[in-house]
This record gives sequence, C-alpha cells and structure tokens, in this order.
Amino acid sequence: MPRLSAEARHRVAFQLNGRPVAAEAEPRMLLTDFLRHTLGMTGTHVGCEHGVCGACTVQIDGVPARACLTLAVQIEGAQVRTVEGLGPEPGRLSVLQEAFRRHHALQCGFCTAGILMSLDYYLRANPDPGEAALREFLGGHLCRCTGYVPILAAALDAARRLREPPPHA
Amino acid sequence: MKPARFDYVRAETLAQVHAVLAAEGGDARVIAGGQTLLPMLSMRLARPKVVVDIMRLPELAEIAGDGENIRIGAAVTQQQLLAWPELARTVPLLAAALPWVGHAQTRSRGTVCGSLAHADPSAEIPLALLALEGTLELSSRRRRRVPAAQFFTGLMSTARADDEMIEAAIFPCRRAGHGYAFQEFGRRHGDFAIVACAAVAHARGIRLAVGGVADRPIARDYSDIDGAALDDALDEFAWQLDARDDLHATASYRRGLVRRLGRATIEEARRCRA
Repeated sequence: MPRLSAEARHRVAFQLNGRPVAAEAEPRMLLTDFLRHTLGMTGTHVGCEHGVCGACTVQIDGVPARACLTLAVQIEGAQVRTVEGLGPEPGRLSVLQEAFRRHHALQCGFCTAGILMSLDYYLRANPDPGEAALREFLGGHLCRCTGYVPILAAALDAARRLREPPPHA
Repeated sequence: MKPARFDYVRAETLAQVHAVLAAEGGDARVIAGGQTLLPMLSMRLARPKVVVDIMRLPELAEIAGDGENIRIGAAVTQQQLLAWPELARTVPLLAAALPWVGHAQTRSRGTVCGSLAHADPSAEIPLALLALEGTLELSSRRRRRVPAAQFFTGLMSTARADDEMIEAAIFPCRRAGHGYAFQEFGRRHGDFAIVACAAVAHARGIRLAVGGVADRPIARDYSDIDGAALDDALDEFAWQLDARDDLHATASYRRGLVRRLGRATIEEARRCRA
C-alpha cells in the first residue's frame, strides 16, 4: 500500500489539458498550489482557499471541482483540465470565452477562470439550459464585479452558438 | 491557509484502511471527496498525522438497492447519487434534499458518507437519514450498524470510534402510503441552512426532523394531529431545540422558522401521500 511520507515530495503523474505531466508534491500540497507554483499554470486563481468562492474551479475527470479542496496527491492518474486548455489553439478563444468577451462578462477577471471551467462542463452536459438552472449553477461562484447578468447572457449566447451546426467549409 | 504536514495513504483494499485506522486511531482521518475535510485541514481545525484516501476502492463506489433499502458506499459522490435514475422513485426525500447540499461544483466530489461523517448540524444528508430512520454501516476489524438517531451525538461529533470508518449509509426506500417532503431556508441557495426540515407523513401520523437549530439534527414523531394541536406541538419542539443566536439568525427567528417551515413541510408530505 503506498504510504507517502509527510516530510518528502512524491511524484504525481496525471494528464493536464490532454498532455501527460509529472511533478513532485508533498502530501499536504493543494492542487491550486501544485498547478500554480510547481507547474507554472497560473490561469487557475486562488480566492478564499476553502471552497466557497469558486475561483479555483477546474475539471477533474470531466467534472468541475474546487482545486483548493483537492490534494495534489489525489489526482494521480486523473485527467485535469484548466482554463489554459479551453482555447482550441494558442491565440484563439473557445466559443464560451468569445461570448464572455462579447458580453463583457468579466471586469477584474479574478473569478473568470473558475466560472469558465464550470460553464464549459455545464453547457456540454446541458446544451439547452434554462436561465433558472444556469443561475442556480452559477451560484457556486462568487463574482463581485459584474452582478452576474452579463455572465448569464454570455452563457446563454454561447449555448445557442454551440447548438448551431458548424458552418460549411 | 495551508494544511499542516501529514502522511498520505492511497488505500487499495479495505483491510489497509482498517489497519491504518487501528494503528493510528484518532491521528488518522479518512479522506473521500475532501469537500469538508480539506477546509478543516487548511484552517488547521483538523491536524491528522495520516490521511487515508478511500476513493480508489471499487467496492465503496456502489449504490445498491434491494427494494427495502438503498446502500450507498463511502466513495459515492453526491452528484452520482443525484444522477442515479432510481433515486426519485426509491428515496424521494433524498432526491429533494440533495440539490440543497453545497453547490454542483462541490457535489461533484463531495460524498454522501463524508457529509454524514462530518455531522454538521445544518447539513441536509444527516437530516434526511435521521428523518428516514436510516442506519450507518461502520467497519473496523469488526463491523456494526448504528441507527442515525444514535450516530449523531453532538456538534460535529458522532458515535464512530477512532478505529472505525463509515463504509456505507443505508437509506430506507419509499414505502407505500407514505409522503415525504424537504424544505430549507437559508440566505442564499448553497449556504448553510438556517433551518431545514424533513417530514414523513403516513397513515398513523407524522415524523418531522429539523436541522440547523440544535447541535445535531433532531426528530419527533407525532400522531396524525393538525390545526391548533399541530401548532402547539411545533411550538414545543421549537423551544426544545434550544436555538442560539448567531451571526446568521437570532434564536427567536429560528424558532419562528421551525414553526412555519415545519408546518409547511408536514403539509407538503401529507399532500405527497395522497
């Protein structure tokens, strides 16, 4: 049975945005710090650090999860997706990110990465979401700039565009 | 806010979990989804020497029903249970209560049994288990079943011994002629409940369980009373819960909520019976 000692760092291997990565972490290291400090992936933000604000939300094995409520050692072998993995290629935004820009769904941007990771999951699971359900779902994130209205508009717009068939080449 | 140091065990068998708990006792903590343990670790309200991860044990990841009860293993997440197609038909009270647990973003990893282990007095899952007179399956080198009413012993404290883990929670299935309802009041959806009520109505009477007021969820059974008799019973229950003032609500406000929300939940359960 693997017992990882408190004093040492241990190799954690997992998939990050579709690519295999491995790095070392103490058992007590949070996934937020592992992503940001060890792996240099600073797109995931740290707000309250106890699961309330949602800024650090990433996707673990396809479902949204608070990175600050996850130990780095827990994600051994898992698929982790962060905001850096949302765009289809460097320099391009996803449909959801474009909608956020179009609707001014962010001001300071601190909460945005987490909200994008949540909504990216939600719109795939619910391609035609109702506004009430979206509001309920967004309740898992704190945004102190926008009042949520433009975030909701961006999410509904992105959902509509994602439902449209892709244009002919 | 970073956790203090601890060893981490990625358990591969139940026997390994039991061995660590037997050796380390109160210095060990089981981690499943971590949605309540991680804040406790980060705030250093919990400082275990070793954390045992049980999420890789396939035998704990099962939801199994036998018509009488459903058995929810310790690694089953709240979201997995919510998405279980049989839930609304077999345990309607849980189907009504689960959407109130945290947020979708924490239900994705938070487990049903983890919430029971943490035993927050305003948590929905302990309240539902108590209302339905469910049981907990505790295991160490021995195995025992503890009814919910005996499991919750006070503020975030339970009858679980230091060398035991919760292996599963057993929720009784819906029974013919019974109605079930769950209602909660909080400032915002996803916040801790100021008062939460779960009611079961049946031919001989009603059972009402209240969370968020006392140091643990508390249930009362009544005969099939209504009108002023029910008002009096709810008033007495509200006073017996020994509400305290806190940042979120005064004691008097909580008593008022027990009376009104309690009645509304009972009435909804009676309508569901019909």
